[in-house]
Amino acid sequence: MPTFVRTDKCDGCKGQDKTACMYICPHDLMLLDKDGSLTGHAMKAFNQEPEQCWECYSCVKICPQNAIEVRHYADVVPLGASVQPLRGTDSIMWTIKFRNGTVKRFKFPIRTTAEGSISPYGNKPKANMVEIEDHSKLFTNGMHKCDMSQFMNS
Amino acid sequence: MTETFEFGNPEIVQEEVDILIIGGGMAACGAAFEIMRWTEGTGLKIKLVEKAALDRSGAVAQGLSAINTYMGENDPADYVRYVRNDLMGIIREDLVYDVGRHVDDSVHNFEEWGLPIWKQPGDEDKTLVQGGKPVRSGKWQIMINGESYKWIVAEAAKKALGLENIQERVFIVRLVTDKNDPNRVAGAAGFSVRDNKLYIYKFKCCLLACGGAVNVFRPRSIGEGGGRTWYAVWNAGSTYSMAAECGAEMTMMENRFVPARFKDGYGPVGAWFLLFKAKVANGLGEDYNAIHGAELKETKRFGKYGQGVPGTCLRNHIMINEMKEGRGPILMDTPGAMAKLAEKMTPKEVKHLEAEAWEDFLDMTIAQCGMWAGENIEPDKQPSEIMPTEPYLLGSHAGCAGMWVSGPTDIPGAPKEWSWGYNRMTTVKGLFTAGDGVGASGHKFSSGSHVEGRIAAKAMVKFALDNKAWKPEMARSVDELVKEIYQPVKTFLEHKDYTTAIDINPHYITPKMLQFRLQKIMDEYCAGVATWYQTNAKMLEICEKKLEMIKEDSLKMRAKDLHELLRAWENYHRIITAECHMKHIQFREETRYPGYYYRMDHNYIDDENWKCFVNSRYDRDTKKWEMKKVPYVQLIKD
Repeated sequence: MPTFVRTDKCDGCKGQDKTACMYICPHDLMLLDKDGSLTGHAMKAFNQEPEQCWECYSCVKICPQNAIEVRHYADVVPLGASVQPLRGTDSIMWTIKFRNGTVKRFKFPIRTTAEGSISPYGNKPKANMVEIEDHSKLFTNGMHKCDMSQFMNS
Repeated sequence: MTETFEFGNPEIVQEEVDILIIGGGMAACGAAFEIMRWTEGTGLKIKLVEKAALDRSGAVAQGLSAINTYMGENDPADYVRYVRNDLMGIIREDLVYDVGRHVDDSVHNFEEWGLPIWKQPGDEDKTLVQGGKPVRSGKWQIMINGESYKWIVAEAAKKALGLENIQERVFIVRLVTDKNDPNRVAGAAGFSVRDNKLYIYKFKCCLLACGGAVNVFRPRSIGEGGGRTWYAVWNAGSTYSMAAECGAEMTMMENRFVPARFKDGYGPVGAWFLLFKAKVANGLGEDYNAIHGAELKETKRFGKYGQGVPGTCLRNHIMINEMKEGRGPILMDTPGAMAKLAEKMTPKEVKHLEAEAWEDFLDMTIAQCGMWAGENIEPDKQPSEIMPTEPYLLGSHAGCAGMWVSGPTDIPGAPKEWSWGYNRMTTVKGLFTAGDGVGASGHKFSSGSHVEGRIAAKAMVKFALDNKAWKPEMARSVDELVKEIYQPVKTFLEHKDYTTAIDINPHYITPKMLQFRLQKIMDEYCAGVATWYQTNAKMLEICEKKLEMIKEDSLKMRAKDLHELLRAWENYHRIITAECHMKHIQFREETRYPGYYYRMDHNYIDDENWKCFVNSRYDRDTKKWEMKKVPYVQLIKD
């Protein structure tokens, strides 16, 4: 689908500093209908261009109310299935419901460090300006070993 | 008096920086990470501008289940051989080698930042740097739990840059050359998709890294499924069109990628083929590769390229033939593969195997799970259809469209004219690129794009330092840029009340209809799925004329809101990209990539005349393309 937003769950991220789904959608699809003039549902978000939805689930995963789900592409997929995640800080849980009622659940790790804990230059060397024109070096100095005999011109 | 800004009357925000990073995907995040280390103490001002949100932008937004480029125990020269073979002999080996020798360092950083990388039994607690052996699904690929891949890489980039140097939700649509040097870039202009604001940046140099081109061709699904493209749907060819219109030399824009994927959902097949060793059969249940694979040995048609391991396009060719001959559908025997693997496994291991198979999709193509669940397909019970998709233009995955860039200076045997200055700088002074933007250098994938961003970033710092005293002056006035960028809004406001139906108006065309028209033209004349990827000189001649008209009509696109202004400019970028692709296919009178496209009037590989790069240059004023051949040079031994 395209994603759809449940009217019973979406609160328009009233208590947040930004509307999460609108903030995250890579394709600018999610829109908060502040006054209800676009959907009839004031202060709730909706997918304004469902036929451009990649079903990337970025909005589904980030929604603090779990108000966003996916009804898979109607021009392709038979009705009745659903694939729904619950993303935590270190893992993600998936519930897959088949059209015939079969249910599968999976849990996968998503990261090994705490969110926000990355220190990009923590224990890394400083850049050595003498090497700025040396193409064999990036600042981390971690080039792979190279067998120079493989060159025609070796 | 304070002016009120509203739709159609945007506030103009002008800023001068030293280096502008345009885009926020893997390449741009790599650039952010490398650049801030080299600029420490230099006083250089850096800014990154992205049309979406860094946490989930670019082709890796959804996540990935594998990192496709990791050298590990292999030598970078061997990587060059693999890329050369897959891209039918014509690549810039200096650029590919450069990615190969540096790429592992980026992967090691990803792991340090928190990306879970699968390890061989017994090595689970060791990192790659500590000697932990990864689970390889192929010689170059390693498996990951990559749901948060982009999130993690973006966190590092954001920390490195500082949030104050990042501008999200601003879509750069135009590069501007320098007033005193038409072959130098001095600025970029775009607009906010959230507020009525127009942004103009001046800089010494910039990195243009906005991904490849999707939805240039009519997709196989045209309703809601039109969004279910294989590559990220928000990749609109902005990299190629902005560069071309700035005068940058393009290379290998005839190349395209047509992935064979699970039908409709476009879920990845790599793990199924490489990790699970699944087999494919035609509709008759035959191993069609065994029966017809030898056709690739015909040298008159395929040259030497069908003799060894056939490249991806040649494998497509065999599959396409089956379908054309009426022996479809192509089915992947997922139950057979899983049953075979399960033979020597405990029930617990079998369950784990099933989870791995689903994770392959859940990490990167969730929609494929939706497809399977909707059709009651359990991979251990029922085979799935595979089909080649619509064409995509890209330079980082298995394609090599892009710009002609200056390479590293320390690669033995590389012609002098391949490194005219700074690494990854285009032929336009100050304009750098990486990832999908660098042509003739495919198979970088996510990790290679990240490291290429880093390579370009380092060179940009050197450029900015060498040009410290230089002041950018733009060749176009702010008023001119505002008028051009907001034209679709003006068109809408001027004409909207002429008719009663907002979408049907003789004075304008909606971005959506313009996209449909472009896709129809490309699909039917430029070797899309409608003609089984076939075209010829006459069809291209018609294509050329139709594209000229759509280019004219693009000036009449309307934008009823900022979201539609985004779509209008994305589609403009698609048109220029499409035209470049078409001109290259027209110029190259051979069929270099059977299985990706066929010039039916020259349906053979012609190494004698065409084992060369095709480069082009666009003149924005005359709207003409200049085409030329550039010699290929082999650097790595066979």
